[in-house]
Amino acid sequence: MNENEVRTNKRPFLSGPYFIWIIAFTVLPLIVIFRYALFDGNGHFTLSNIAAIFSSSINRKALWFSLEIALGCTAFCILLSYPLVMALKHLGLSKRGFSLFIIILPMWMNFILRILAWQMILSNNGILNLLLTTLGFEPVRIANTPTAIMIGSVYDYLPYMILPIYTSIMEINEDLIEAAKDLGANSFTVFCKIILPLSLPGLLSGIVMVFVPSMTSFVISDILGGGKLQLIGNIIEQEFMISNNWHVGSGLSVALMILVLLSMAFTRKRTADGKESLVW
Amino acid sequence: MSDVILQLEHITKSFDGKMILDDFNLEIGRNEFVTLLGPSGCGKSTILRIIGGFVRPDKGRVLFEGHDITMLPPEKRNVNTVFQKYSLFPHMSVADNIAFGLKLKKKSSSYIRDKIAYALRLVNLEGYDDRDPLSLSGGQQQRVAIARAIVNEPKVLLLDEPLGALDLKLRHEMQRELIKIKKEVGITFLYVTHDQEEALMMSDRIIVMNKGIIQQAGDSKSIYDEPQNAFVADFIGESNIIDGIMVKDLLVNIQGVDFPCVDTGFGENNPVDVVIRPEDLEIVPQGQGYLTGQVISVIFKGAYYEIKVKVDNYEWMIQSVDPAPVGGFVGLTIDPDNIQIMHKPVRDDEEVARDE
Repeated sequence: MNENEVRTNKRPFLSGPYFIWIIAFTVLPLIVIFRYALFDGNGHFTLSNIAAIFSSSINRKALWFSLEIALGCTAFCILLSYPLVMALKHLGLSKRGFSLFIIILPMWMNFILRILAWQMILSNNGILNLLLTTLGFEPVRIANTPTAIMIGSVYDYLPYMILPIYTSIMEINEDLIEAAKDLGANSFTVFCKIILPLSLPGLLSGIVMVFVPSMTSFVISDILGGGKLQLIGNIIEQEFMISNNWHVGSGLSVALMILVLLSMAFTRKRTADGKESLVW
Repeated sequence: MSDVILQLEHITKSFDGKMILDDFNLEIGRNEFVTLLGPSGCGKSTILRIIGGFVRPDKGRVLFEGHDITMLPPEKRNVNTVFQKYSLFPHMSVADNIAFGLKLKKKSSSYIRDKIAYALRLVNLEGYDDRDPLSLSGGQQQRVAIARAIVNEPKVLLLDEPLGALDLKLRHEMQRELIKIKKEVGITFLYVTHDQEEALMMSDRIIVMNKGIIQQAGDSKSIYDEPQNAFVADFIGESNIIDGIMVKDLLVNIQGVDFPCVDTGFGENNPVDVVIRPEDLEIVPQGQGYLTGQVISVIFKGAYYEIKVKVDNYEWMIQSVDPAPVGGFVGLTIDPDNIQIMHKPVRDDEEVARDE
């Protein structure tokens, strides 16, 4: 142990580039954001920029809507991921790799392009309605509704849920599953009592990777919500880009960050007593 | 053997075109301690997995108390397995691990509590209820695995090299304990191992296997004393296996010298394999005994010396409590009782395993 410590400390300069990177692109921007958030235009200390997230009804509504989208998106991603991963698990090794590749493939395409594609699909004269009317069904009005935003979010963030769950389930030793069956567990019980609890580390990192970005995104709601449905991310964007009020914009960002940190607190506690280290 | 609990009939299994088991037949009696013994890849674990329900045979049937269970999934079989790698559930305490099967059977909580206490006492782990299984040593983990299987009161307990991952001293301790547990719970044990010493020590009956075929079945003593082919002789303990010619009944010619022996029925002037255990050879002064050779090495092994004596081109291995001078010439003698004659192998699975 001691020897290792000495060895790892021998070349501290190797971490230099990362150190500079973190300072330049994480710490400094954060300081700037906090600086804007905690002072008004006249340089006086204030908490009103941060409190703004609750003080206006538009902001409250946007925050609540963000929360709904984020929770819904996370829930859908979980519900879609487990059956998919279980199906992958039972595929042969070569098929499994290919299927995983297909799942990851969309992640290599531009994010905005993917969302624009969904706009084309879901718009009132879009591909989906064309299909429905050709098949003799009533067209649906999904464009610019929360449903559209939800579909776009789930589509975009699903791989981030699938991958960590996939990794943690593939790590489960097949012997454990056989042992459970040997003791009388059917496939459903094996899933509930063995696979689900042992995939918890993956599930938690999946939740972090889906919940946080879907809560704070603004591009999806911009494009699929038609600009009428505002997530808290849209409000922040407008404070910066349209109102040019960097103080309130930063205040809202800080408030959102605090809320996200609070909501993620439970995953952190989990890390403290579990052995797996999560995203953070 | 009148009360048969488990029967394997004409079991055939191949993986990726490689034949693992070929028309394998076995009957196991109630309360018997049967050991499948053989080198890795001989198919012994596959038999256990077929009985456990994890592998489906290509052909053949598994009968449990007379009922065909070949197609039954593992969770519906009245057998439990102790796996080589313990396979304890890492997210459950020791007590929860043991209770796993009982909870699935919807037993009352007081019944489960009593069973956990009983099982932990049986495996000498009282007070370990709340421990995290991964914090236990390998031996302790294997005890938990045994307790977890036994509380379900299976009629047959399958043990797949359960002590393979333990060090020698602990393995010996666990062997004695397994015998004790077996006596106390009174169920059938089907044990798989590649450790011949373990098999000899614990089993009522040993099934020696090679390449998916039973080479010999019998109790420890008969397997050791009367190996039926070169493979068994070589695999069970150390042996001198040498070509001989059966001159006639009760007389075998080895290295040009006629030895009296006790075997009959091998015909006249037929080539045979001769097995002589190293502890049965006796070193006598040069000129006495049947053979004369030069001592080429002497190694002290603790309880005995391992001495190699070269006679013509064959190196005899001898275990003796007295050393011999290296380079000196000595005579070798043997009691006719201790010469074991075997037919020459007719199939390759009967031959001495070359790379084990």
